[in-house]
Order: sequence, then C-alpha cells, then structure tokens
Amino acid sequence: MNHAPILPILLPMAAAIALLLLPAANRRGVALVSMLAQLVVAVLLLAMADDGTVGVYRLGDWPAPYGIVLVADRLAAMMVAVTTVLGLAALAHACAGSDRDGRHFHPLFQLQLAGLNGAFLTGDLFNLFVFFEILLLASYGLLMHGGGAARARAGIAYVVLNLTGSALFLIALGLIYGTLGTLNIADIAVVLAQVPAADQALARTAAALLVAVFLLKAALLPLSFWLPHVYAAAGAPVAALFAVMTKVGIYALLRLETIGLAGAPATVGLLQPWLPVLALLTIAAGTLGALAARRLAGVAANLVLVSTGTLLAAITVGTPTATAAALYYLPHTTLVTGGLFLLVDHLSRERGIKGDTINNGPPLPRALLLGAAFLVLGAAAAGVPPLSGFLGKVMVMQAVREAPLGGWVWAGLLVSGLVVALVLARAASAFFWEAAPDEPPAPLAEPSLTGRRTVAALLLLVAASPILTLAAAPVAAYARATADQLHARTPYIEAVLGTQPDVQRERRPHAQRELGK
Amino acid sequence: MALLVSAAIGLLTACGLYLLLRPRVFSVILGLTLLSYAVNTLIFFGGRLSATSAPLALPGAQGLADPLPQALVLTAIVIGFGMTAYLVALALRATAETGTDHVDGNPPRDKPPGRAE
Repeated sequence: MNHAPILPILLPMAAAIALLLLPAANRRGVALVSMLAQLVVAVLLLAMADDGTVGVYRLGDWPAPYGIVLVADRLAAMMVAVTTVLGLAALAHACAGSDRDGRHFHPLFQLQLAGLNGAFLTGDLFNLFVFFEILLLASYGLLMHGGGAARARAGIAYVVLNLTGSALFLIALGLIYGTLGTLNIADIAVVLAQVPAADQALARTAAALLVAVFLLKAALLPLSFWLPHVYAAAGAPVAALFAVMTKVGIYALLRLETIGLAGAPATVGLLQPWLPVLALLTIAAGTLGALAARRLAGVAANLVLVSTGTLLAAITVGTPTATAAALYYLPHTTLVTGGLFLLVDHLSRERGIKGDTINNGPPLPRALLLGAAFLVLGAAAAGVPPLSGFLGKVMVMQAVREAPLGGWVWAGLLVSGLVVALVLARAASAFFWEAAPDEPPAPLAEPSLTGRRTVAALLLLVAASPILTLAAAPVAAYARATADQLHARTPYIEAVLGTQPDVQRERRPHAQRELGK
Repeated sequence: MALLVSAAIGLLTACGLYLLLRPRVFSVILGLTLLSYAVNTLIFFGGRLSATSAPLALPGAQGLADPLPQALVLTAIVIGFGMTAYLVALALRATAETGTDHVDGNPPRDKPPGRAE
C-alpha cells in the first residue's frame, strides 16, 4: 500500500512530539526540517494526484464503510500543498524571534499543520470533526502566543464561538449517524440517495447544521464578526497561517456538497437561494470593514472576509467551471493574505510606536523592498491587472455570468476590488510617501526584521502571485481537472468504497427503529 | 422512554443556550458544559434506545447494541473535556489581564467606563 497520504499528518504530529521533548534552543532547526519534509511530501502527493487517481489509504486495512480512510485526490493534494507553502513562510518568519515570545510555539504550530492536513485528507465526517478540533486547539494556543489583553479578549470570544460550533457539528454527526448509519462521505453519498421519506427531514436538518458549522469556520456574514478581531489580534506568523483556516470551512463545504449531498432528494436546493446572497453581503461587509480599519492588520483581516465571499459566490453556482474558478482563486488569495500579514509585521516593526496604524510615520529604512512587496501584494489582493487576483476574479465572473444573481456578483467584485485598491493605496501613501522626514525614527519597540529568513519568507509569499500568474495555464488546468473530478463524483466514491465482494454491507433495518415509537 | 430522553436533551440544550448568552465567562462555561452533555447524549442515542440488546458480541448474543456511537461519544467527551479545561484556564488569564470577567473584556454598560471601582 502507498503510505504517502498519511505522511502529511504523521510528519507534523511526530515533529510536535519531538519538539516538546527538545529544549527551546534546538527547536527551530527541527521545526524547519519537518516543514521541508512536509513540502517534499506535498509535492509528491500533488504529482500522484495529478494523473487523476484518487489515492485511498485504509487505516489498518479495514474496508471502507467500516474502517477509516484518508483520501488524497486532486483537491486534497492541492489544499495540503497550499497549507505547506504558507506554513513554511509563516514558520520562517516566526523563527526570526517571535517564536520565543511564548513557550510552546513550535509544537503548537506543527499540531496546527497536522490538524489542517488531516482535515483536508480525511474521508470520514467524524475524523473531520477530530481534525477540526486538533487544528482549533492548536490555534487557541497560537492565538494566545505572546499574551496581552487584546489577545485574551479576542481569545475568549474565539474559543467560545468555536466550542459552540463543535457542539453543532456533533449534533449534525449524531443525526447523520442516526438516520444514515454511516459517517463516511462516500458512503453518505450512496445512502443519502435512497434515504426513506420518513427520514428525509432529519437528514436535511443534519446537512443544514453541517453547512452552518462549515460556514462558521469560513466566516460567512452573520457568522463572521469574530474574524477581524481575532486575526488582527494574532501575531504575524500566526495570522498568516490562520489565512488558510477559513479555507478549511470552504473546503469542507465544497467536499460535502459535491461528493456527499449532490443529487440527493433529501438535500435538494439546500444552499439556494440564500448562500449567494450571504456571500455577496460578506464581500460588502469585508470591503466596508477594510475601508473602516485603522490598522493595516485590520485591513488584511477584512480581506479574508472578501475572499471568503468571493469563493463562496463561485462555489454555490455548482458548475465545474465555477468550481474551477474558485479553485484557481483559492491558493492565490490564501498565499497573498498570508503575505500581507507578514508584511504588516515588517512595516510595524520599522515604524516603532506607530505600529501598523495607517497614518504618517517616520521614513522607512527599507522602503524599496517593503514598498515593492506592498505593491505586488496589494495589487494581487485588490485584483488589479496583471496579477493572479485579476485572473481569478475574471474566471469567477465568467463562471457566474449565467447564474442567478450573476450581475450582482459582478458588481460586488468590481466595486469591492476598486475600494480595496483605494484602501491599500491610501495606506501605502501614508506609509511610504508621506513620511514625516523631520520626525526622528522612533525607538524600535522590537528589533526590525532584516534577517535572511524573514525576508525569504516574505519574498516567497510575494512571489506566489506572479508565479500563479505566469503559470496560470497549468494551474487553471489543474483546477479545472480538480473540479471535473469532484463533480463527476464516481471516481471518489468508487475509489473509497471499492468493489469488495467479501464485505457484507449490512444496514440497520428501518423497522427496528425504536426511537420513533 | 424516547420522550423522556428527548425532553431531557431539549432541556439541557435550552439551559445551555440560556447560560451561553449570559455576560459572565463563568456562566458561559457552564452553558457550554450543559450543551456538550446534551450533544453527547444525542450522539449516544443515535445508536438507538434499547434495554435488551447485548453490549458485547459474545457467542449467542442477540440484537447487539451499536458500538460505534459509544466510540464516538467517548471521543467527543474527551475532546470536550480538554476544551473546557483550556477555556477555564483562558478565562482566568483573561480576567487577570483585563480586570473583568465580562465576555467582551469590558465592564458592563450601566457603569461609567474608565472609572475604577
């Protein structure tokens, strides 16, 4: 059996345990080695998935509806690769010194990666819950890394909200198991299509609860008010890694909708017509939030909301073209937002007590490097031609043209792009052009980030958008193939369930149900 | 039996939700605990209510109880326990840092802000 699909979970988990045992002085090297090993594995998984095979890993070799499976198809491989690149940059940035602000940054960081990779690879809803909890528990610790009142305040709301989300997730899992008798996503697809009429309402409720939980993680509008505070309060490398956390919710929704729910009578029309409307409102809320933010970190946090809205507006269309557009936009927006968070840290350290507040400050010693980085990241985030943000938005707009509300999505994306460009240009002119030259450089609160590693981390994420632009054809082709594989459904379902003649697929007979009596 | 269990789950959920919406962190934690009890019971009874099914697959056992919800609920209890412990620690830390146990980290509105008490 090919053991590659489990390595993205085992490597960071083993590294986390090893890091706990090591003294703090030796942790950076081990963490970086683990990260590089994960990068190799992620590339390997991408190469394996690229020929269209769905790599299924049966833990303990138990057959699928009974045992637990990990599934490395194109989508999972892509998400693991995006997470790993972002994690590498965030880790390199943290190794400049902010990892020493608290005691256990590195073990928590690796655990968070294990949770993220596991959530992308699992083929089973209960394990999805478990990996959600792993990544959330690590993220609680990472959010509090460095301490301070603002983080404690944001932390309480974040933890309580996510615990409530977990309770909802468990209710949904209980209902799904009670009605369908399975939690394997591929098996759900099979069973849900033939669920008896008496159970359809319960199955639909369970699916709706699951969607609500995923949208809470993705921060769709009525469930999104936690995000700007939390992301703006987190430390830079942590916020950069958090840029991929909202994408976990979007990934889970996409996976469940295309593989599990599509075509079942119990869940028909579950997401329409409210999800596109909420996606549009999320774009509007994120744009207004970016306009109102007084700190650059707040702007970046609100851009996460804009990207959530854009991705969901594309995904809810439900055609392979729209999904492909969303899958091209997803790596772009994740890496660019992560880069913005790292850039905020670079800028705020050089500006001393002014921090990342958007107003005039002392002249910056490294204005050329940081200004160029700001230009590329800002243009990519706003979706200005010629970078990948523009290409992604064009693909999304082409895909939603026929959909209901397509015109509104066009208007929303165009206006939001304009406003975001305005916000970033205003910030850039305050930071780089209108520096008060007679103002002496403020005493630095923290040493500025001139180390090779942090510059390399920043450049890695700055380069992501130009690379995604230059390699637009292969990346878009991969996204298209991914969307086709998802919407075809049968490759995934057949690969997971297989054709195992020995396994008797018993179901609990519905006549024996005693709850209803 | 089914009615009793459903009513108990509903009551637990209602109390949990009420406490969850209270302004003090301690009530919120209690609310989350009640909510997790309700959820665990719900999962557990996803494997059907029965007083006569055999718990173990010994020879001759009839109408086995479904073991999967038991495994799921065990996992959920452990995770919920860990999370609650973390939340209690976090709440203590937040109270120490912000000087109040209000969930927003601010004193309640009816007292004038910024005045030491």
